[in-house]
Amino acid sequence: MRHLLILMTVFLSLAGTAFAAVPTTPSDSPATAATKNREVSAPVAASPAQSTPAAAQPKAAVPAPAPAKIKTNRLITVSMFLAIIAFTMGIVVWAARKTKTAADFYAAGGGITGMQNGWAIAGDYLSAATFLGITGLISIRGIDGFLYAVGPMVSFITILLIIAEPCRNAGKFTMGDILCYRSSPKLVRGAAAISTVAVSIFYLLAQLVGAGKLMQVLLDIPYQASIIGVGILIIVYVGFGGMKATTWVQIIKASLLMSCGVVFTALVLWKSGMNPLRFFADIVASPAVQDHVRGLLKHAAPEPGFDYGQRFLEPGLFLNNPLDQISLGIAWLLGAAGLPHILMRFFTVPTAKAARKSVIVAMFLIGFFFIMTTVLGFGAAIHITPQKISAIDKGGNMGVLMLAQQLGGGAGTIVGDLFLAFVCAVAFATILAVVAGLVLASSAAISHDVYVNIIKDGKATQREQVNVARAASLAVGIVAIWMGIAAEKQNIAHLVALAFAVAASSNFPVIMLSLFWKRFNTAGIVSGLVVGTVAAIGLVMVSPNMTYPKKVAADARKVVEPLEKKQADGVTLAEKELKALEKARADFAQNKNGTSIVGLDAPLFSLKNPGIISAPLGFLAAIIGCLAFRERRSEELFDELYVRQNTGYGMAKAQDH
Amino acid sequence: MTQEQTDWAAIANSPKFIELHRRKTTFLFSWWVVGSLSYFILLLAAACTPEIFRVKLVGNINCGYFFCLFQFLLGWGIAMFYAYKANKDFDRLTEEVIGEIEGGISL
Repeated sequence: MRHLLILMTVFLSLAGTAFAAVPTTPSDSPATAATKNREVSAPVAASPAQSTPAAAQPKAAVPAPAPAKIKTNRLITVSMFLAIIAFTMGIVVWAARKTKTAADFYAAGGGITGMQNGWAIAGDYLSAATFLGITGLISIRGIDGFLYAVGPMVSFITILLIIAEPCRNAGKFTMGDILCYRSSPKLVRGAAAISTVAVSIFYLLAQLVGAGKLMQVLLDIPYQASIIGVGILIIVYVGFGGMKATTWVQIIKASLLMSCGVVFTALVLWKSGMNPLRFFADIVASPAVQDHVRGLLKHAAPEPGFDYGQRFLEPGLFLNNPLDQISLGIAWLLGAAGLPHILMRFFTVPTAKAARKSVIVAMFLIGFFFIMTTVLGFGAAIHITPQKISAIDKGGNMGVLMLAQQLGGGAGTIVGDLFLAFVCAVAFATILAVVAGLVLASSAAISHDVYVNIIKDGKATQREQVNVARAASLAVGIVAIWMGIAAEKQNIAHLVALAFAVAASSNFPVIMLSLFWKRFNTAGIVSGLVVGTVAAIGLVMVSPNMTYPKKVAADARKVVEPLEKKQADGVTLAEKELKALEKARADFAQNKNGTSIVGLDAPLFSLKNPGIISAPLGFLAAIIGCLAFRERRSEELFDELYVRQNTGYGMAKAQDH
Repeated sequence: MTQEQTDWAAIANSPKFIELHRRKTTFLFSWWVVGSLSYFILLLAAACTPEIFRVKLVGNINCGYFFCLFQFLLGWGIAMFYAYKANKDFDRLTEEVIGEIEGGISL
């Protein structure tokens, strides 16, 4: 029965591929293909890359006959995708047999080793945004991309030193378990569940929309079919295999990603004679890079004596608002430690010692990977050129894919196609692994916190708990598919930043204060969660991340005016210019009277990242709320929690039976 | 749960536990501050003193690249040092505290 179901879902999720395998309509004129591709900035949602003014292209300085599309070899790519799906489904069948109790479902029965969990954390954390986005950012913005990548690494200092072990010792399945230890359970669990679901859905939506657009570009699978396909796969992974299957999908993804990184880093370095010094000299000496930097700096003519190549290795080509950087830094530092799907990973290991080991393993993997991204990103800049990369996608998300194809011999060669298919498959596995973790975290909050502990007062049989958890993952999966399809045309660039900001401003303050402050209580938790979440979401709603139609209209006007002037001067416009004019006019007409979602003409808050305001607000609200209502019981229980979170006494035993 | 009768307050006030948590807390928070401060210094330095970042150290590789790289090394360094310290001191102290709880000597 179960096998049948799995077979059916595999079939269903492949239906989309089969659909697309029908020879693609040649109606994809280069122009529409190009606009389609330009929308692919989604995976880099974590970075505000897209919102920066389009990389000012040096005007025809380098004739860039960039093909407007990456050509994948469908046979090879689809078979690699199938191999990944088949392999992971095998794991699901195996894991489903072992998933009988609630502990099995949410925490893989506590039977994951520190080493395995470390790989799984890396698999959970390195999303398509980091893999495609950061390499792309480095390839078109130089060292600022690397500076950006330091943030996700710093997150783990907080996770290692403050969060991992206490959470392992004090928690069970969800964030709500840690928070309600010494507070009024129902209220706190409800608030924690809402915050968990909100954070996970923001993050998930960004991943899913990115996935849909990626599949669309790479395999010509229609957007909706890819969202439904990915969604069904995830429901099967999580619903049947629970934490065990999710963990192994993440481990496989992490090893694919690492091997992908190692292989291509080695190939790039090999092209520079395995000599890092020569590699950096190659970047600086590349005429395309020099021209690109000149374009970024908006120097019309080369300034004598200015080393444009070297400038690519200096900061300031992308990150130029220090306050926004600090604000984003706060979100990295505190936010990752409050992400429910990361927290949940620590409940899968048997001891605090294993939790510690898993963070350390993850830190080495993630750090090593980010260092490799500099080689991949700069390699793409040397061998593909920033112009060609940004011609395909403004955010540079396709850079590493193009690099892989080139390293294998270019489009149309077997090795080139094989390499490209391999990177596509890694990106696909990445999306599956990250989304599975997110769906699991939100369904755990719904079933364990809301259903079992609020509705049923904790009185539910193991069988019932597992069934509810499965139903919840089905429900979350369906909602995710629906939202993913609805969000196709939406501006989702702010969603990952929003997830991190909410986690940093609401989850992190209350977790930390619950674990370390004796007087902390129910009122503090609830006010911290509510104020932190509202502040972070509110600030993003009025920030430059949102679409401001009046600004779009003004930009369109900037395109229209010079072209109309040109026309008035009697110059006949090229077909491309006519199209641009037409589009800009339509944009202007559509947007000139619009306002943003919350009815604003211009952003009220000038930073893209709210962390610098919302995180202190979250802490403050938690402290004030707690001081306003004193609760004797939670103070009395602090000793118990404190001894437990420090020693793990009591918890390790609860896992044994 | 059999631990319901455990006198948690007594354990929390036992000298062993106080020593454990004092040493652990000092260690963890001071290294956390070191790690995060260095990150914010990196961000500020990149924005405010780009001329330092420009200084070439080896070939074309400049201070900026090494500073970023240093952040990764610092993270790994903190991780390794913490693992060493925890295996050497904290885990042993923790076991002693648990031993006291189980032996009931803590009362």
